[in-house]
Amino acid sequence: MTMNNLKIRELLDKYPFITTYLEDNKLDITGYEELTFDEYLEHFTDEDIENWAIDKERLKVDLEEFINQMKEFLGVKDEVGIESLTILPGHDKSKNPEGFEVLTIRKSEIVSIVGPTGSGKSRLLADIEWTAQRDTPTGRAILINGEVPDMKWRFSSNNKLVAQLSQNMNFVMDLTVREFLELHAQSRLVQDVEETIEKIIAAANNLAGEKFNLDTPVTSLSGGQSRALMIADTAILSSSPIVLIDEIENAGIDRKKALELLVSKDKIVLMATHDPTLALIADKRIVIKNGGISKIIETSPEEKAILTELEKMDAIILGMRSDLRAGKQLKSINS
Amino acid sequence: MNLVVFSGPPSSGKTSIILKTIEALKQRNISVGVVKFDCLYTDDDILYEKAGIPVKKGLSGALCPDHFFASNIEEVVQWGLKQGLDLLITESAGLCNRCSPYIKEIKGVCVIDNLSGINTPKKIGPMLKSADIVVITKGDIVSQAEREVFASKVSSVNPRAMTMHINGLTGQGAYELSTLLIDKEKDIDSVQGMELRFPMPAAMCSYCLGETRIGEAYQMGNVRKMDLGDDYE
Repeated sequence: MTMNNLKIRELLDKYPFITTYLEDNKLDITGYEELTFDEYLEHFTDEDIENWAIDKERLKVDLEEFINQMKEFLGVKDEVGIESLTILPGHDKSKNPEGFEVLTIRKSEIVSIVGPTGSGKSRLLADIEWTAQRDTPTGRAILINGEVPDMKWRFSSNNKLVAQLSQNMNFVMDLTVREFLELHAQSRLVQDVEETIEKIIAAANNLAGEKFNLDTPVTSLSGGQSRALMIADTAILSSSPIVLIDEIENAGIDRKKALELLVSKDKIVLMATHDPTLALIADKRIVIKNGGISKIIETSPEEKAILTELEKMDAIILGMRSDLRAGKQLKSINS
Repeated sequence: MNLVVFSGPPSSGKTSIILKTIEALKQRNISVGVVKFDCLYTDDDILYEKAGIPVKKGLSGALCPDHFFASNIEEVVQWGLKQGLDLLITESAGLCNRCSPYIKEIKGVCVIDNLSGINTPKKIGPMLKSADIVVITKGDIVSQAEREVFASKVSSVNPRAMTMHINGLTGQGAYELSTLLIDKEKDIDSVQGMELRFPMPAAMCSYCLGETRIGEAYQMGNVRKMDLGDDYE
């Protein structure tokens, strides 16, 4: 690579993203812009090297690696996206073959997953994330766009195949919504940070029962608001083409809109849930038993009709919830 | 026998990850033993024993645990060979986040958790930066965004490492890690003459030698002063 001959100033012009590398490795280049990176590293004294645990050789190799990865990462965005995910059957814990021939899920499709705790949902997810090639305990194989996928999905740290959303997740950073989204946008190397943040907050507020603004600390958001922000952020900012949802509680968030948002962003949605309103939104549901997929059920027209009933009930409950919040008195359902 | 060195900050989930990984290795009939290094106390050995895993523990007491590791690792390897292990795992907590006990030709795994804060990758020295595999834990309780930001911070201080997310409770990801630990070509029968990946600090001051009194008069050897500005000099 030509990196060795470039001055730091030229490096920064060519690869502006290396600022992150320099900052995270505590390399202050102020005043050294006219040196090459190698020359810059030579300015550290032996004392500096020992005190700050600086490894010059590693920093050189790592910078090269960092630039290559980032170039690849930026390139990935232009590549053809993921159109479909295919699961080929393996076996359950007792080595019985799984009860389906082939399952293909296309982008913008929602599939629900049902089965008791410990039945093998995590394993299914791990198989997808690892793009299993009959080399995991279930013997399943995963295809992307109908083909054996590139191994980059296994080994890349910045391009994970699956994003996860679960009921147990919380925000732990001590930041406001704006700072938080800025940080995430920067790590995804988004060009127009401001515009992306506006989009996410608008989408999140469209889902949340109670609106919030950009100056709210993420740790003081309510459960519903947190969930709404997580979903909007995952839909708009996460690079992972597959989203796994592990239950969304029916509180403070419009779950149907949340799913519509994910689907509108071309995500493949897998949803572990035992809530009939959610499970029936999906066109198919995977039934997991004893570590394997025992069958795949297509949501029947009869079930879809039940869904309409359930959604009416849901709407009634949601309406009462907002009436309560607004300090109103509740009226009988039949009136 | 293969040797793999695990390290990571206290409570990051090393033991859980190792236990889940060994479960996966056992299914492939690979025999694994663990040696746990700690400073003052550990009862992790009981967890390993319960799981039927041959285990030894070493408490460094008054010594720096990483120095203690370096002076004992050859004997530990000999113990593992005598047990007839296919894989020996050593586990140690990085106590000051500066050192790492990784050895040049031996696979090094750093375990670090999403809850430890966004600047943690910056704070941890060679323990994180020179690891071959970085395992990030506790991803099930933080948001997707925080996981992504955290992983990107890890990869900017150690772009060469393979970064994996593993859930220490469900074991999601542990099977995958288990496939990366065994390499027939990396079989060893001794670590004699191998080198640490990074030198440990050479600090030797009066406090290293047992001095307890505070004050200029008692400070000898490698002493460094903070810069608190002109007013305090």
